[in-house]
Amino acid sequence: MSILKVRLRAGHVLRIDARTAVVCAVLAVLSLAVVLAALCYGSGWDRPGDVLAALRGEGPIRVSVTQWRMPRVVAALVFGAALGLAGAIFQNLTRNPLGAPDIIGLDAGAYTGVLLVFSLTVASEATITLAAIGGGLGAALVVYLLSAGGGFSGLRLIVIGIGIQAVLTAVNSWIILRSDLDIAISASVWQAGSLNGLDWVDIDAPVTVIVALSGLLVVLARPLHQAALGDELAVTSGITLPRLRILLVLIGVGLSATVTAVAGPIVFIALSAPQIGRRLAAAAGVPLLPAALTGAFLLTGSDLIAQSLLAPTMLPVGVVTTGVGGLYLLWLLTKEIRR
Amino acid sequence: MNRLRAQGLSLGYGDRLVVEGLDLEVPHGALTAIIGPNACGKSTTLRSLVRLQAARAGSVELDGRPVAAWKAREVARELGFLPQVAVSPEGIRVEALVRRGRYAHQSLLGTWNPSDEDAVASAMESAGGSDLADRLVSELSGGQRQRVWVAMVLAQQTPYLLLDEPTTFLDIAHQYELLRLLRRQVDEGRTVVVVLHDLNQACRFADHVVAMREGTVVAAGPPAEVITAETVEDVFSMACVVVPDPVTGTPMVVPAD
Repeated sequence: MSILKVRLRAGHVLRIDARTAVVCAVLAVLSLAVVLAALCYGSGWDRPGDVLAALRGEGPIRVSVTQWRMPRVVAALVFGAALGLAGAIFQNLTRNPLGAPDIIGLDAGAYTGVLLVFSLTVASEATITLAAIGGGLGAALVVYLLSAGGGFSGLRLIVIGIGIQAVLTAVNSWIILRSDLDIAISASVWQAGSLNGLDWVDIDAPVTVIVALSGLLVVLARPLHQAALGDELAVTSGITLPRLRILLVLIGVGLSATVTAVAGPIVFIALSAPQIGRRLAAAAGVPLLPAALTGAFLLTGSDLIAQSLLAPTMLPVGVVTTGVGGLYLLWLLTKEIRR
Repeated sequence: MNRLRAQGLSLGYGDRLVVEGLDLEVPHGALTAIIGPNACGKSTTLRSLVRLQAARAGSVELDGRPVAAWKAREVARELGFLPQVAVSPEGIRVEALVRRGRYAHQSLLGTWNPSDEDAVASAMESAGGSDLADRLVSELSGGQRQRVWVAMVLAQQTPYLLLDEPTTFLDIAHQYELLRLLRRQVDEGRTVVVVLHDLNQACRFADHVVAMREGTVVAAGPPAEVITAETVEDVFSMACVVVPDPVTGTPMVVPAD
């Protein structure tokens, strides 16, 4: 296993795992290739040369590339990374590959929050985002309290989370059934998780929030991985564990709920991206950057498939991620239960 | 000058008190063994010394200041701890795990300076893990794995080392290898506190033995003074004969029937 050593001032060295670096670079290149392909795709395929010209502000398809396709592609890229990071955070915290926000009820909780805002008050971008984060945190709190005594790690929290997910999904259906027809229609379209029709004004605030939360993770990545040594060694090697956990839960829920607020619950990216990234990088624990890049690649790719598969009908991207991710979840469950 | 002590310490889980009014002084620069029957509170006491168990009453003090008042990183440079069962992150390799011992010494970004590198190399060397550096921790034998965990705690370079039943899952040869390693640490100036089940090992390797029963200290002192037939019968409720160890001359406990 080779290590890249980056020499800094005064004999300080930054150690980077070579394989992780290569995997990250490859994932970044693949994601950019998908981004370019997605920018070429509208009502049909445009030539890459025209798209590049459009990006320079020239040519006939300038408006459709920069105003229609671009925000959607940027959303897929950033939201995919956010979901990958959120999954990696919770999988590290729970020390379990099933510990993702879309499995343990946090996304369902965020969606409950959004539905309540829709049916009770006037929905605005700000109230929806806050309601999503509030709902996600509420679900996290309930899951944590019900699994108290079992601690943060272990299958107990996961199983309770899956139960909460089921309950909240039922609650969400009930709210939709009880609400007015127009609300119910927009809510159920949205429930599939979709990037259809996203505009720059829809995504500028969420993207800013996600970038800011990811910046915090740069500082928290080391304690996060150190905490994977178990509660005891985490504390005795110098971590203030309760504070770290609260921060990480806030960031993790913030990342996935922000995506849910804008695009609806896009499932299985948070579950699968961190594990795919971990296996590709052959790294210890669940590394964050490969998770983010895998998530970005998966969501941009899924969204391109969602647009083109049954064209001209646009599928919600959640349908594609569910189809692919459902198979992955089945495989993972059988593997975990055998263990 | 003894830096680490507990005074009037009470510890418990839920509404059950496990340790009550315990006084304990850890002799500086010595190897202290804590012995006692199962569930006598010895592990709980050890955990309270490294802030893993909050005091219900009384206090644990390091340099006259309650350990609970220390900053996490500061105390992690003074007290190193190895739990009875440690979990390794999936897919981690030996050297990477040992490097985790440097956490409290590193900057925010986790850069490595020459003193970090020296600490890791010498910890691997003295724990006998150098030849395992690139192996997956999950593929090691129990004895090798314990050496790696000890190396990780050694890399933390703390003047105090506290270990909770580190010999439990090892065969007899690996048990003695580990105890000799701990003894070397004391000879190099560190202070070691270890929970042990084997009284004869405690007598051979410890300078100071603390015998506990039902959450209190029954006797504390040099092995020759503490490990007597009366004390062992009192602590473990087992009749025994104490004879000199044929190799070292330290007390050796032989069950009477």
